[in-house]
Amino acid sequence: MRRMKSKCILLALSVLYATPGFTAKQAGTPDDWAIPMHKPGPYWMVLGDRAETGFADGHDSYTWDIQGWYGYDWNRLRWKTEGEGVQGESPEDAELQLLFSRMFAPYWEWQVGVRHDFEPGPTRNHFVTGIQGDAPYEFEIDAALFISEDGDASARLEAEYDLLLTQRLILQPRLEINAAFSEVPAFGIGRGINNSELGLRLRYELRREIAPYIGVSWEQQYGDTADLLKQEGEDTSETSVVVGVRFWF
Amino acid sequence: MKKSNIQPVRSHASGSRRHFLQAAAGAGAISLLDAIVPVWARSMSVLREQSGPGDDLLEFDLAIRAHRMDIAGGKGNVMSINNTIPGPLLEWYEGQDVVLNVRNEMDVDTSIHWHGILLPFEMDGVPGVTFRGIKPGTTFQYRFPLKQSGTYWYHSHSQLQEQSGVYGALVVHPKGPDPVVYDRDYVVMLSDWTFEDPHDVLAKLKKMGDYYNYQQVTVADILDEPTSEARSNAIRTKLAWDRMRMMPSDIADVGGTTYSYLMNGLHPAGNWTGLFKPGERVRLRFINGSAMSFFNVRIPGLEMRVVATDGQNVQPVMTDEFQIGTAETYDVVVEPREDRAYTVMAESIDRSGFAAGTLAPRDGMRAPIPPLRKPPKLTMVDMGMDHGAMQGGGMDHSGMNHGDMGSGGMDHSGMDHSGMNHGDMSSDGMDHSGMNHGDMGSGDMDHAGHDMGNAGPVVARHGPDHHGAGNAGVADLQRDRLGERGTGLENVPHRVLVYRDLKRLDDDFDDRPPGREIELHLTGHMERYMWSFDGEQFHEVDGPIEFNYGERLRLTLVNDTMMNHPIHLHGMWMEMENGHGREIPRKHTINVMPASRVSALITADAPGRWAFHCHLLYHMEMGMFRVVRVS
Repeated sequence: MRRMKSKCILLALSVLYATPGFTAKQAGTPDDWAIPMHKPGPYWMVLGDRAETGFADGHDSYTWDIQGWYGYDWNRLRWKTEGEGVQGESPEDAELQLLFSRMFAPYWEWQVGVRHDFEPGPTRNHFVTGIQGDAPYEFEIDAALFISEDGDASARLEAEYDLLLTQRLILQPRLEINAAFSEVPAFGIGRGINNSELGLRLRYELRREIAPYIGVSWEQQYGDTADLLKQEGEDTSETSVVVGVRFWF
Repeated sequence: MKKSNIQPVRSHASGSRRHFLQAAAGAGAISLLDAIVPVWARSMSVLREQSGPGDDLLEFDLAIRAHRMDIAGGKGNVMSINNTIPGPLLEWYEGQDVVLNVRNEMDVDTSIHWHGILLPFEMDGVPGVTFRGIKPGTTFQYRFPLKQSGTYWYHSHSQLQEQSGVYGALVVHPKGPDPVVYDRDYVVMLSDWTFEDPHDVLAKLKKMGDYYNYQQVTVADILDEPTSEARSNAIRTKLAWDRMRMMPSDIADVGGTTYSYLMNGLHPAGNWTGLFKPGERVRLRFINGSAMSFFNVRIPGLEMRVVATDGQNVQPVMTDEFQIGTAETYDVVVEPREDRAYTVMAESIDRSGFAAGTLAPRDGMRAPIPPLRKPPKLTMVDMGMDHGAMQGGGMDHSGMNHGDMGSGGMDHSGMDHSGMNHGDMSSDGMDHSGMNHGDMGSGDMDHAGHDMGNAGPVVARHGPDHHGAGNAGVADLQRDRLGERGTGLENVPHRVLVYRDLKRLDDDFDDRPPGREIELHLTGHMERYMWSFDGEQFHEVDGPIEFNYGERLRLTLVNDTMMNHPIHLHGMWMEMENGHGREIPRKHTINVMPASRVSALITADAPGRWAFHCHLLYHMEMGMFRVVRVS
């Protein structure tokens, strides 16, 4: 698995860096002249969409959801990390994705790569394929299919919408749905839709790059997953008040 | 040969008619405004009376430097020519040879391009196209004969240096008598300045295309609408735009949130002042030397006689306001009769800021500065949308007559075409046969609040090639918009110059019909901040656009984006086909309005490689650039 992962990363980097046609033919100039307008890039971005503390009955939590890209207009290397835990403790869930992405339609890119889930949760690797982009009506969509090293398939859909109340005050509804195509009792995963998170976050852009927010998050577990949780005596739904900061640079 | 010394040329305090002393240049030489005059004191007066066509050859030394200086009320890291922004005003005479020794005192390559000047291509100053650029520590000598006269400008063609201040004004006086009669002559150079590093500006746009746009449609705006009907219209409109993943407020990529707008290098508080005596005829040579900005120019209380554009004389036309695209020039003559100050107002196209100065009988005067008008919004016309395709967009079309919309045209019921000259359009070679004008005049077309009242006619529809994923959309309905006012000026209650008003003054039209037509589409993707022609960024194209030496051809530009793009061809005139037959005007830069189709006739009489690009600096840098090879 490790070898496969490093191969994937190498492949992604080489495709990303490929610089076809860096000659002077576009301008019809002698070969040793510099091209007047270079291929734009590389550019990069880091976006912390959610970096927050949650307050719910009984326990307070923290969540991060950060991603970034590096590359050119068409091909980019993307990374995503998200995780959560109880305040003062190390994370219960943490994952890192490393993806190669390519724009295939004006507002869409496909992504392919790997995901690693860290301790203390179940440590697993997954193969990832997904699409990310803007749907009509400006919904930001991130949809991915995961196939674990054990062959279990699962999927995740995230959708966000930015509603500008004023130029700087922005209400962001957010929906995340996780589903599994096979049951993995060892990890507490049932078949079908496992859980959803519906969030409503109100942020204020002090500047474009820094926006503190407050919000509400409703998490709900479903089906077999909920049953498995119930057997362990845990709640299947939870409402949290969240406070955090959205940032990018 | 005369070598001009760079000397202080004007005593600011005197305020007299004698604007300058040209110590070394002597009779018949050029004059240079220069570094030693503090930036706030520069008159930008054109010095015709002290210079003349006596010398055959004139030599100038220009030094490009990176340093810190006072600008726009702060201290900025600039790149300047001879330590000023704008650089020195260069005055030349038609028929002269000029020699320019441009020394690069920076640690990056640089260049100077003589915008609008017809010259041997090796002297055009575009690194990687016409020469290798000017390396640090070296001097490049430009030398070329002047075959034309008029108002032009010059600027760096390297990276983003133009945004940092490497630009200046250039006036070439005619060999013979000037058909324009005037008593005073001023350059009014408009530009945009940011204290940010231009590369940071570009990086922000790459990460977030609407980074600088704080004029977006918000819930608060919708709630502010006066009636519930207006509110529901506003909601429908917003949904229609959201559905397209576009923004009606996408007027300018970079605006007043980071820009200070300058007039002759001064921000409004610096109050550039042009002096006049009541009753004098004052020629104002407006040059848009900005990186990314269009301006709406007006002088409340004065009507303007437009006498030239892009250096070329036009038949005089009176107006109260004009929109000047990036890199365009307009010469106007005004006749202030009262002993009072007048504000020269240059509002940015997105109304996020303005440059302003004063015409006054004495220094230190000021007239009221008109408030910025409401930011404009793009309309469905700018989107070039087919109404049929909008059906799912949550818009109420119940009042519209869709039955009459056939192929190749649409029903303009309720639209006012009275201001348009349809008779003149036949000479454009445009086929209006598919248009159903007969049905006009009935019905009330409410496009959910969109004012399509004065939209030009649809002259073509887009083909099946949508230019790939790097292009966000196409202009399904392509309009002739040369008779339309610029974006945001549709409803101002006074005269506004439109492209169709422009007719050349000289009778020197090349009567040969165009032998062929080249069609290029202006394409892009605001979200990834990608800009291109036909969906291809410059680094992706196969090679130059080939013109055959000596041929007459038609270049047709179609704007598939929703922004205005000022398209500039180096080395040759574009004769804009605005319906006036042999009197169509010559332009070096044509603003192509959103979803419009514009054509120009070109005589390919200049062998060599020439740059062809959008003159919005960041669009060019992102690949909206081609090379035209004439051979």
